[in-house]
Amino acid sequence: MRKLMIGVLLAATVIASPIGVQQVNAAGAVVKIDGSSTVYPITEAVAEEFQAATRGKVRVTIGVSGTGGGFKKFCRGETDISEASRPIMKKEMEACKKAGIQYVELPVAYDALTVVVNPQNNWIKSLTVDELKKMWEPAAQGKVTTWKQVNPAWPDVPLKLFGAGADSGTFDYFTEAVVGKAKSSRGDYTASEDDNVLVQGVSMDKSALGFFGYAYYAENAKKLKAVPIAAKAGATPVAPSIDTVKSGAYQPLARPIFIYVSAKSLEKPEVREFAEFYLKNAATLSEEVKYVPLPDKAYVMALDNLKAKKTGTGFGGIPEVGVSVEDLLKREGKH
Amino acid sequence: MSNGKSHLSHSPMRLAKERLVEAILFLAAFASVAITVAIVGILLYESLGFFRHVSIVEFLTDTQWTPLFDDAHYGILPLAAGTLVTTGVALAVAIPLGTIIAIYLSEFAPHKMREIIKPFLELLGAVPTVVYGYFALIFVTPLLQKIMPDLSGFNMLSAGLVMGIMIIPYVSSVSEDAMRAVPMHMREGSYAMGATRFQTSVRVVTPAAFSGIAAAYILGISRAVGETMVVAIAAGMQPNLTWDPTQPAATITAYIVQVSLGDLPHGSIGYQTIFAAGLTLMLITLIFNIGGYLLTKRFREVY
Amino acid sequence: MTAEDLKEIRALISRHKLWDYLFATLGLLAMLAGILVLLALFINLFMEGAPRLTTDFFTSFTSRRPERAGILAAWAGTTLVMFVTASVAVPLGVAAAVYLEEYASKNAITALIEINVTNLAGVPSIVYGLLGLSLFVYKMDLGQSILTAGLTLALLILPVVIVATREAIRAIPGSIREAAYALGATKWQMVSDHVLPYSSAGILTGVIIGLSRAIGETAPLIVVGALTFIAFLPQSPISPEFPYVSFAWLKEPFTVMPIQMFNWTSRPEEAFQVNAAAAGVVLLIMTLTMNAVAIYLRYRIRKNIKW
Repeated sequence: MRKLMIGVLLAATVIASPIGVQQVNAAGAVVKIDGSSTVYPITEAVAEEFQAATRGKVRVTIGVSGTGGGFKKFCRGETDISEASRPIMKKEMEACKKAGIQYVELPVAYDALTVVVNPQNNWIKSLTVDELKKMWEPAAQGKVTTWKQVNPAWPDVPLKLFGAGADSGTFDYFTEAVVGKAKSSRGDYTASEDDNVLVQGVSMDKSALGFFGYAYYAENAKKLKAVPIAAKAGATPVAPSIDTVKSGAYQPLARPIFIYVSAKSLEKPEVREFAEFYLKNAATLSEEVKYVPLPDKAYVMALDNLKAKKTGTGFGGIPEVGVSVEDLLKREGKH
Repeated sequence: MSNGKSHLSHSPMRLAKERLVEAILFLAAFASVAITVAIVGILLYESLGFFRHVSIVEFLTDTQWTPLFDDAHYGILPLAAGTLVTTGVALAVAIPLGTIIAIYLSEFAPHKMREIIKPFLELLGAVPTVVYGYFALIFVTPLLQKIMPDLSGFNMLSAGLVMGIMIIPYVSSVSEDAMRAVPMHMREGSYAMGATRFQTSVRVVTPAAFSGIAAAYILGISRAVGETMVVAIAAGMQPNLTWDPTQPAATITAYIVQVSLGDLPHGSIGYQTIFAAGLTLMLITLIFNIGGYLLTKRFREVY
Repeated sequence: MTAEDLKEIRALISRHKLWDYLFATLGLLAMLAGILVLLALFINLFMEGAPRLTTDFFTSFTSRRPERAGILAAWAGTTLVMFVTASVAVPLGVAAAVYLEEYASKNAITALIEINVTNLAGVPSIVYGLLGLSLFVYKMDLGQSILTAGLTLALLILPVVIVATREAIRAIPGSIREAAYALGATKWQMVSDHVLPYSSAGILTGVIIGLSRAIGETAPLIVVGALTFIAFLPQSPISPEFPYVSFAWLKEPFTVMPIQMFNWTSRPEEAFQVNAAAAGVVLLIMTLTMNAVAIYLRYRIRKNIKW
């Protein structure tokens, strides 16, 4: 027994020592980030490059508690930056106001919501928002179950729907854009938090239709077919791609994603440096992780807002679809 | 002995030490009560905010759970049904298999086999639940779809089966420990009467180890009811009031995870629903546990 | 005894033997089913993740490029958090169980506590996360640190440890206790010298099952503040100056293996799925190592018990 205990302790020491070797500076500068898992890939890329650029003098930590969880921590002053896949909402604005936290709202990229079908689906060439609405509105629950019911030109094949879970910003945005009211949707579709699962679902079922972020379509383009969307009946359908989203042609399913930087944290040089680094490099890095960069002008405007510490949100806590990022950045910040 | 009181047995130091030890142990036991009080406290506190908006009657009787949708319904029945069905499937797998394995390992298997197999079975409980979830979705469901072609991609059956396999070590290891602790002389008495190993294990050992086996079952049930990730991944996230395991459904636990890690603002009524759901779950577990406890009290053997 | 009776008896015996044999086969099959699933899982994971199991996988931090992303911060974090979990859950659980079995009188209150403990085993892990958040992070101001994570997980596995310990203690025959008392031992002496050593095998079972669960938990740790991106390690417990042991690492931010896996599985790039599988293999091996120590101890102890 004794020998065993000593052996275990020795082994633990041996394992623990390389952990110590890596340590350089205990109390260094830390930038704390938390929030949405949608924005995470971009922030991760930025943090990686930033740490390389500052040669490890500044440490960045990123959590993935979700947009809601991120704001909760942010409005308690626990994080410096909050990632959000949707604008800050009224309840969160109040919490921040109560705690005296002011923030700069910075859009960092577009997440293009892509509507996909199975590659063997040969009857669909494009979709109008009205057709999507017919498929997804609450009244469709239990009633609209075949493709033919949406458009008589399509075959009488069952309609299998896949989409984001009702707690996600993706769901909110999609329903707002398609049905006209956020969270207004039929309940009988296959929901999943993990977009990879949705990819699998659509790619294995001929009669399936689903929506998720562009990055997941781009990675699996061989297994899926993206559907061009026409914003209104008679408009030319636009397929999602880096160019069409950047130019603003792909509407209404291109949504901006944000980071919110605490004004108090901006007094720390490392946070300010990081935020500026983020905006300066978001264009290249977001494209690397298959998101769509904002137009260059938008990044310049955002950088100006950051330097001027323009606090408040352009949305006022109310969700909106189809706002151009430039217009958003020009708006007065509401608190 | 020189005087009446020996300095060994009644020294105040000794008594004080005993009292101290007892006090420390009591605090430890009390910690478990404190934890429950804290959990129930949190759940109740936040649920109160929820129940100000939604009546309890609606909560218990509405057949739809769509709190995050625009047209919000707050009936807990679909989630409760999801929890009960997946637990039922899991237990249908874990209890028979776990008990048989326990009996086999304790009464039939040679010593070496037991010592090698038992850790491997316990490893079943060590696989991260996310891995089990994907295993159910990507491996088990397609397999089942070959037998049952109209099984939907998300269903409670795969999730329940995989959950059952995950819980086997809970049932088998603790039961086996209990069976092994039955004194040999009871078995020897049975063998002396000409009983086979099977008869001995079923008629002598199992009843004698009953309290331990029941504890193992209750542990397994509690674990099944509280499991989150396997069902979240493999059973789908759409609340669905059905008792048919081939359908997708959401459990109370999957719903709680979905919302607490999602994009909802904390403090909104959608967020508060998770506390009401959690409270319901604790009540369901409590009912199972009280039932199990009463049953064990009646049938426990003392030897 | 007539020839008829003899025949009947022989038939009875062979019938019973048949049942015996059938059951043995059934038991073997049941075990095989469990082992097969485990092997299927492991082989599946291994085949997918094997290409990524290189040294740099273990020594690099995570990255957006899957070929560069490694688990250094993750496995260090898991090791440290598990250490805290075990150090808290085992003493607390064993102490509670000993009190409930040996000291407490068998009344309604004890019954209530017993039901309470098994009830806690059914609370979903994320609720423990929410508890940990409001209690450890906010009220006790321990921050989003390794200490909080360890404490939260310890609470999670406490019921299993308590139940397993109780059953192990219950199984000890009363004669052993009485023998100790007969020699003049106090209650605590009896417990520490007789009850605990004999029940340690069962205690270890509970510890193994509990720790195996804790190592794979994701959701409660995310709620408590475990990170997904962290490119530095906590301070080493071994420090170069006196007193050579440092506790600063308890208060540091961290990440754990299951969270890393979970994050990688939800990324679109195919290469990240390989990473996730590799991380899964490493996690299983870590668990096996952790269990191996306890299992070995249990084996040694069980060999010596004969009653």
